[in-house]
Amino acid sequence: MAPVVQSSQPWVEKYRPRQVKDVAHQDEVVRVLTNTLETANCPHMLFYGPPGTGKTTTALAISHQLFGPELYKSRVLELNASDDRGINVVRTKIKDFAAVAVGSGSRQGYPCPPYKIIILDEADSMTEDAQNALRRTMETYSKVTRFFFICNYISRIIEPLASRCAKFRFKPLSEGIMSSRILHICSEEGLTLDSEALSTLSSISQGDLRRAITYLQSAARLFGSSITSKDLISVSGVIPQEVVQAVFTACKSGDFDVANKEVTNVIAEGYPVSQMLYQLLEVIVNNDDISDEQKARICKKLGEADKCLIDGADEYLQLMDVASHTIRALCGLPEELRFD
Amino acid sequence: MMLWVDKHQPRALDKIIAHEEIAQNLKKLGRSPKTLRQVSVHDCPGLLFYGPTGSGKKTLVMALLKQMFGPGVEKASSHHCLFSFLLWLDVKLENKMWKIDTGTHWIELELTMLLSTHHVDMNPSDAGFQDRYIVQEIIKEMARNRPVDTKGKKRVQRLVIQICVKQPKLDEKKMTIKFLELLLVLVLNEVDKLSREGQHSLCRTMEKYSASCRLILCCNSSSKVTEAVRSRCLNIRVNAPTEEQIIKVLEFIGKKENLQLPPGLTARIAAHSNRNLRRAILSFETCRVQQYPFTVNQALPPLDWEQYVSEIASDIMKEQSPKRLFSVRGKIYELLVNCIPPGIILKKLLSELLKKLDSELKHEVCHWAAYYIDFNVQILGEVLARNLTCVL
Repeated sequence: MAPVVQSSQPWVEKYRPRQVKDVAHQDEVVRVLTNTLETANCPHMLFYGPPGTGKTTTALAISHQLFGPELYKSRVLELNASDDRGINVVRTKIKDFAAVAVGSGSRQGYPCPPYKIIILDEADSMTEDAQNALRRTMETYSKVTRFFFICNYISRIIEPLASRCAKFRFKPLSEGIMSSRILHICSEEGLTLDSEALSTLSSISQGDLRRAITYLQSAARLFGSSITSKDLISVSGVIPQEVVQAVFTACKSGDFDVANKEVTNVIAEGYPVSQMLYQLLEVIVNNDDISDEQKARICKKLGEADKCLIDGADEYLQLMDVASHTIRALCGLPEELRFD
Repeated sequence: MMLWVDKHQPRALDKIIAHEEIAQNLKKLGRSPKTLRQVSVHDCPGLLFYGPTGSGKKTLVMALLKQMFGPGVEKASSHHCLFSFLLWLDVKLENKMWKIDTGTHWIELELTMLLSTHHVDMNPSDAGFQDRYIVQEIIKEMARNRPVDTKGKKRVQRLVIQICVKQPKLDEKKMTIKFLELLLVLVLNEVDKLSREGQHSLCRTMEKYSASCRLILCCNSSSKVTEAVRSRCLNIRVNAPTEEQIIKVLEFIGKKENLQLPPGLTARIAAHSNRNLRRAILSFETCRVQQYPFTVNQALPPLDWEQYVSEIASDIMKEQSPKRLFSVRGKIYELLVNCIPPGIILKKLLSELLKKLDSELKHEVCHWAAYYIDFNVQILGEVLARNLTCVL
């Protein structure tokens, strides 16, 4: 007898909902799309929202449900950032695909409406030119083609495209729904997860279900079937609270060298500095001993440092700069050195 | 004759001294499964190793690969043995030309990569601003060329079943090895230097070809890797080894090399190394070359450019005048001519200056260093001008 091969897929793929009605927490979208399934009529759609909230899943599920496995290949074109999507592709590939006329008539219980679907995943990484080239295409072939745009930031989609679509915002998942999903996966995979670990998991993943599942799988691979909240923290890259506190205390002491030592240590331990900035921000905002003005000064600097990091600045220097500004803010030193 | 760094690089996860805990965890990940039911390598997501330089990321990756694919890969060696691990993983170094059709024109890219039957090791950021094409085209093509395609799950299943049917005597362990043979591991270095587009394309590639290929990413700072990539990977933080761990490693090497170690020497090397293991071992070897048998208070050879930078720092401290600025500028250009990266010079100079300044100025100097590090080489001179005015 041939042995059963365990699925080689990551759990994120394995537990991706296959049907629109299984998509968690996005009631509005689900209602509209279920309606679509019944009437087989749908507008152009634009899904936006933070990562891991089910945008791609919904788009894939609806196209599968509309066309079924047989027609899926010929009716759905899925393009994402890993495919080249310059203006040329829009002019040739997308246009060609959009232009083909298709017949209607349901088959094998699938509605199979008389149009094709083009899914443009991660549409916010398309160039503006490419988006502009799409405008006319969308209108010309609107009889036979529907576009699904998926993006994180709606502001990066040009207005003419956005106004042609029905927009749906995907909300970050609430803790309750996240927990129930996680528990479902745990029972399927035979994992034990205590309530503390569960709440840690939903707090570190911040409403991103994909991240939560990835952490869970990583932890399961590394630490076996019973997972504690410490294991989850170690795989997630969140910095332990003690380390953040140590940096904050060093800044509070007002001694530059102490802070320097602490920062050097953070860098040597390899903690991601952008994460450090976030957690430092939380500590500072929630601290009652600091006056509002001081908080404002520090937060301004944190923001600047975060921007610099995204632009590719050096981690050590940025963190050091933040630390030095924090010291100055906390000890009431002037922000700029005055030359008398 | 090999450098000690390469010669004593641990070859197996068991032999790793500095990161025992991580190694043990990786071992669980890379364990050859006893039955097909626990093909653990398969449903693990991609791996992202991050940590400062010289902390042992690459060593861990290579040891993990060996663990995954077993000693089977360790046979004939190739002729281009630049690195020691080429010898034990049966890897060859290849310079490949790629012609890529971007739609409007063809571009040609040359990329050096290390290849074995099971893994490809490369540095996509070498391609500069065209790194996107490397990720999109090359990785795609490699992943596609494996016997498993995008709908790989079923085919793998079928293949394994075929193997079982044809060779019923094959025991389960051998079968898993066959199974593993279908998997390709891509090791990408310096992903933090990849452009935004490059990282974007990486995300989807990772998901799409998850059945046939696994990505192992290495980088120095995970802040520069986008959230999207990070959330798709198992993040492994490789911290710089502590001084005690460095001492342990140095003593281990000393024993292997049959050296007489005077007390305190290893501790001094470790303290001098800035928690960089590679640097510690290199300076240990330099000591050995310089003078053996070791003496108790043997001088550690400082790097000449570091010495030069600290000279510059003391120059700045001594006198602040346009004339001094001019001479400092000359010295900095000399460093740049010798190919020391400006960022490194600036950081070193900062740390030297911080030792000497009074506390109020420390803040100021630190601020300007952070401000100027993004800028170009040319501006370094101006940084100094600023520093000088600060000190004035």
